[in-house]
Amino acid sequence: MDLLAQQLINGLFIGSVYGLFAVGYTLVFGVLDMLNLAHAAVFTLGGLIALWLVETAGLSLWLAFPGAVLACGVLGLILDRVAFAPLRRRADSNFSGLISSIAMAIIFESAALGLFGARTVRFPVHTLSVHIWRWGGISITSLQVEIVAVAIFLMVVLTQFLNRARAGKAIRAVAENDLTARLLGIHVDGIIAFTFFISSALGGAAGILFGLYFDSLSPDMGRSIELKGLAVIILGGMGSIPGAIIGGLAFGLSEVLTVAITGTSNLRDAVAFTVLFAVLILRPAGIFGRKKMREA
Amino acid sequence: MLLQVKDVTRTFGGVRALDGVSLDVEKGGVHGLIGPNGAGKTTLINVLSGITAPSSGTVMLDGIAVHGLPAHRLAAMGVARTFQNIRLFPAMTCLENVMAGQYLVASRPFFPRLFCLPSARRQEKEYREQAMQCLQRAGIEARAGFPAKALSYGERRRLEIARALASRPRLLLLDEPVAGMRQKGVQQVGSLIQSLAEEGMTILLIEHNMTFVMGLCSRITVLNFGRTLTTGNPEQVSHHPEVVEAYLGVNHA
Amino acid sequence: MDALNQFFAIYGSLVNFMGINALLALSLYLTLSAGQLSLGSAAFAAIGGYTAGILTMKFGVPFLLSIAAGSIFSGMVGLVIGLPVLRLRGVFLAIATLSFGEVVRIVVLNLDITGGAQGLVGIPNFTTTWGIYLTLAVAGYGIARLRHSRAGWCFESIREDETAASAMGINTTYYKTLAFTLGAILAGLAGGLYAHLNYIITPREFGFSFAVDLLIYNIVGGIRIWYGPVLGAFLLTALPEILRGTGVAAGPMRMAANGLILLLVILFLPNGLVSIFTRNRKPPAGISPVSVAEEV
Repeated sequence: MDLLAQQLINGLFIGSVYGLFAVGYTLVFGVLDMLNLAHAAVFTLGGLIALWLVETAGLSLWLAFPGAVLACGVLGLILDRVAFAPLRRRADSNFSGLISSIAMAIIFESAALGLFGARTVRFPVHTLSVHIWRWGGISITSLQVEIVAVAIFLMVVLTQFLNRARAGKAIRAVAENDLTARLLGIHVDGIIAFTFFISSALGGAAGILFGLYFDSLSPDMGRSIELKGLAVIILGGMGSIPGAIIGGLAFGLSEVLTVAITGTSNLRDAVAFTVLFAVLILRPAGIFGRKKMREA
Repeated sequence: MLLQVKDVTRTFGGVRALDGVSLDVEKGGVHGLIGPNGAGKTTLINVLSGITAPSSGTVMLDGIAVHGLPAHRLAAMGVARTFQNIRLFPAMTCLENVMAGQYLVASRPFFPRLFCLPSARRQEKEYREQAMQCLQRAGIEARAGFPAKALSYGERRRLEIARALASRPRLLLLDEPVAGMRQKGVQQVGSLIQSLAEEGMTILLIEHNMTFVMGLCSRITVLNFGRTLTTGNPEQVSHHPEVVEAYLGVNHA
Repeated sequence: MDALNQFFAIYGSLVNFMGINALLALSLYLTLSAGQLSLGSAAFAAIGGYTAGILTMKFGVPFLLSIAAGSIFSGMVGLVIGLPVLRLRGVFLAIATLSFGEVVRIVVLNLDITGGAQGLVGIPNFTTTWGIYLTLAVAGYGIARLRHSRAGWCFESIREDETAASAMGINTTYYKTLAFTLGAILAGLAGGLYAHLNYIITPREFGFSFAVDLLIYNIVGGIRIWYGPVLGAFLLTALPEILRGTGVAAGPMRMAANGLILLLVILFLPNGLVSIFTRNRKPPAGISPVSVAEEV
């Protein structure tokens, strides 16, 4: 029983990181109707840049984290400027945007490889002091709590932003109908660029948290989360922020529980992808349907 | 009676796009379908062409129940249509668009084509000529080699009609065939429709251009709020008080 | 003759891979030509390859029979998967086929008969370069002729506008499934040839990355005509060697080159490299271009 509770907690922790990653994915999809497959590469670079800031530039994590997150936001702006904005006028912009994002993903990943090397690395031991709390058979580390807190904080801030702030509402307007938004005086291209900034910043944040949680970073760490991120947003409903969050948690839980029940990690991904496949066949809209971010 | 529509309803979520529509279309001749925007005209065409299934009601084509059949089955039964938003094949040339429309009448067996046999080449030539004839009827044969996306608006509408003709249908459903066209084009399409009707084709058309509709159609059905207001000849319909009210408002009734 | 032998001694392996990748790119092209963004070719190659490999190795089935059986089995799986999956459009279909691919990879990773993580080792080397290129020539020719058949016209119509195609009498479900299944058969065949090439086949080779690579071969080559994917496959498979010849070191630079080529193609040559050759096709002489004033 304790083991189950422990697994549930672990599932929630990793699920919150998945959720954070998925939120960035779904944000771009909601606004542009397009999948940004470079998101996973930004995730990777986020972790690596944070590591560099801590290790080489000697910054504390409290500075490195926002620094790396900001850098990822800038990467998002670059993505928009170089790969997506030029394609916006085209009739097949979802498809060509997808391809473009694949190209940028490859370029970003090669940059990660070139700048940071191919080895697996980790944050230095004293980056964060870790306490462990125990109740009966359950243990929670302060690291886990911090990760979940940061993830939740960011997701709450985003939700509030989309609901209350002017720019946030503008994003939702563009997501609904970009032509109408333009007619209402919203600077659509600027809003889209801003959306990429936010999305990539969140993706980078997820990468840093992931690297902290698993105590390892490598140029291909995006690979493992790429498809999972897609699974999460399908499960939660493409374009739905609450869907991404809940989908992320559900996914994290299902992963952890599969390993607990089958006793091996081999089938972990198979269950996840079978579920994804089933969702696509039976209810492609996912839990929260194909709703734009008006639900945020 | 070629087409018999009885009490057809179609709901989308909470919206009743069609609310018990009935109409009969006689064989040969031009039947008009008019009504204010949102009256359900395009939805009715979608039901008749199999793009949507009715929520209830029946549609009989030449005595055979066709409601609920998918679009390709209805096409095989001789129903062809054009679309309000124009759905051409943009990357293909005009000629290729029409040739694509020949699906039901062009057999194109694989093995002669695999081996580039002369019989295949002869067949292709035939199909090309037949397609050119459709283009000629629509008056756009000069654009045959141009990609469809290079055409002007009016030419695109006519290309859609040409493509619909390629399958030699017996019922042609036209959704706003002259919308946005200038007078010259409207006249050309009008005489095309008239000559098709004289050859025995049955045509049901949606249009907002009243002169066009009144001049061309022998019978007209008026829809409003998903229901049939009335059916009759142009004279009767244009003087029907509810029709006038629907279009012009109460004070003019 | 000596020079040729020498060439093969050094580049034989590369030439073989180019051929196999071209076959796989063609298998993806079949589904793309009907407008379906399926990324399942890698999975079907795995199915065909493993089936053929197991038949030859463990049951002593003659080579040609095994690869035929492998491709037929792959086609059957394609048919079963295709029917539900082809109801999805666009990215949803892509994600569904990718997750199917992951499930296949994980299943193969965990079964005893497929050799688990090590894969099937010791498959007899029956595939010859001539065999590969003969298959490629026949497949290419068949696909080229398919364009002029009834099915070919249907594929093209469906690709351009599925609704209009159905209104013209085309049973879109039937033809989409046909394209998908043919693609699966061809991919299975290529997989079988691959399995008998290097004595070994492992789960790693046919995952997410490779599925995306096949899409890239198609995009870079051009998906308007059958030799586009072949050209793309040849070029991108040989690229590392070409780059090595010009002094570009292995690793990040070569990877970046791939990404850069894809980006440049999608931005500036969206119809692929083959469009360089067909670009200047003008409308028939004697007919003046449309002018707005003539609109009727």
